Amino acid sequence: MRNPQLNADGELQHLLTLEGLPPEVIGRILDTAVPFVSIAERDVKKVPLLRGKTVFNLFFENSTRTRTTFEIAAKRLSADVINLNIGVSSTTKGETLLDTIDNLVAMNADMFIVRHGQSGAPHLIAQHLSAANRAHIHVVNAGDGRHGHPTQGLLDLFTIRHYKRDFRQLTVAIVGDVLHSRVARSLIHGLTTLGTAEVRVIGPQTLLPTAVESLGVRVFHHMREGLAGCDVVVMLRLQNERMKGSLLPSAGEFFKHYGLTVDKLKLAKPDAIVMHPGPMNRGVEIDSAVADGRHSVILPQVTFGIAVRMAVMSILAGN
Amino acid sequence: MTDASLPDAEATLGRLADKMRGAVAFDAALVGIHSGGAWLAERLAHMLEGEHPLGSIDVSFYRDDYAQKGLRAKLATTTLPFEVEGSRIILVDDVLYTGRSVRAAINEIFDYGRPQSIELAVLIDRGGRELPIEAKYVGARLAVARDLSIALQRDPDGSLKLSLEPAGSAGGA
Repeated sequence: MRNPQLNADGELQHLLTLEGLPPEVIGRILDTAVPFVSIAERDVKKVPLLRGKTVFNLFFENSTRTRTTFEIAAKRLSADVINLNIGVSSTTKGETLLDTIDNLVAMNADMFIVRHGQSGAPHLIAQHLSAANRAHIHVVNAGDGRHGHPTQGLLDLFTIRHYKRDFRQLTVAIVGDVLHSRVARSLIHGLTTLGTAEVRVIGPQTLLPTAVESLGVRVFHHMREGLAGCDVVVMLRLQNERMKGSLLPSAGEFFKHYGLTVDKLKLAKPDAIVMHPGPMNRGVEIDSAVADGRHSVILPQVTFGIAVRMAVMSILAGN
Repeated sequence: MTDASLPDAEATLGRLADKMRGAVAFDAALVGIHSGGAWLAERLAHMLEGEHPLGSIDVSFYRDDYAQKGLRAKLATTTLPFEVEGSRIILVDDVLYTGRSVRAAINEIFDYGRPQSIELAVLIDRGGRELPIEAKYVGARLAVARDLSIALQRDPDGSLKLSLEPAGSAGGA
C-alpha cells in the first residue's frame, strides 16, 4: 500500500507522521526551511507563495503556542488563515468531525492544520478527502493524541542539524515522560530515519512505553549513565496531570531524579545543546540555570519552528 | 554538452564589463540571480571600478509558476547585506529570456526596502520576452531554439562556461 502521505509521484501530499517518511522527503523539508529562516529578518516578513490560499487551523484540543506558530507561518506565506477552536464550537453541538470538514471544504479550504486529542484524526481527514476526490486539499498533523507531532519533530531535527550538522555522528538523549509524548515519538522516528548514531531515552519505567526499544532506542533509567557523552539533550514536558495517578510520587521527586541541572548536564559533552518543546516547567523537568544557560537552544527552536512550518506548507501547496 | 555556436563566456563577460564601466554608479550594489547571476556579480565586482556591495537572490519564493511546478528542491538563501532603502542596484543574470525571473527578483527586492533605482545587466539576451522587461547592459545577443536552454557553469578554477541543455532540465528563463 502506498504511504498515504505521498501522492502517486512520491511527493508529499499530507504531513501526518514522520514514521515511514523517506529520508529524502525529510531532508528536503529541512533544506527548504533554511531560506525561510531569513525571511523573519526582513522589512517585509512575507513571501507570496500561498497568496489566495485559505488555511484552516482546526484545533480540537487547545494549544495556543502551536496554533500561533502555524498561524504566523501561514501568514508569512501570504495565506488567509482561519482559526477554529472546535473544542468549544460545533462538536459541542453534536456535529461529527467529517461533517465539520465537509463544511469547511464547501468554503473552499486549501489546507487543514489539525490538532486532535484522538490519535489518527488527521489521517482520517486525509482519507476522507481522498475518497471524496479532494486530494488537492492538504492536511498537516499539528499533534494527534499520543501518536505524533511531526512538525515539532521536524523543527527539533532542524535545530539539531543547525548546531550539530551530521546525524550519523551524534548521540541524542530524550529525557522524561516519553510515554505520553507525541513529540518524543515523532523525534525518535525522524532521528532513526536520518541515521543518528545513537538515540537514547531516559526516564522511569512508568513513563516509558512498553517495548520502547523496538523504536531503535537505548533505554536508561538513570540520568548519570544516560547523559554520558551526549551531543543533544531533549527534555520533555512533564504534564501536571500525570502527577495525580500512580505514575510518579511527586514533582519534587521527579526533579531530583530526572530534572536537568547544571551538574547533571556536565555528564554530557562540553558543547552539548539542550532542547525543550515547551511549555517548560521550571524546577520540574529543567532547572532555570540550564533553561537560560549557554547550552540552551530552546528559543531558537521556536524561531526555527516557524521556518519549518513555512517549508512544510509551501512544499505541500506546490504538490 | 558545449556547443560551437555559443560564444565564449569569459570573453562575453569582458564585453559586458566594458559596457558597464563608467556607466554604472560607483557605489551601485551588484545583485546576482542565483546561481549563474550570482557568479557573474562576484566577477563584475572585481572588474568594475568603485565599491560595489554584493548580493544574491533565489527567486523561488516569488516565481509565477509555483502553482504549476511547486517549489524547487534545492533552494539558496537570498542575501542582500546592504541597506536596500535608497540604494542603487544592478540586477545581474546569466540569461535573459521570458523576463519572469527578473520580475520575481524585482518583487523580492522591494520586500527589503525601496531602492532608488534598479538596472539590469545580463550575459546573454536570447529574446523571447513575455514581460515588458529589457536589460540596460548586454554581453551578447543570441537566438536559440525554444526547446533548448542556455546554462552557465562554473569550473572549480572559477572560470565560466556556457552550454546548451534540453529545455526544462535547468532553471532557465
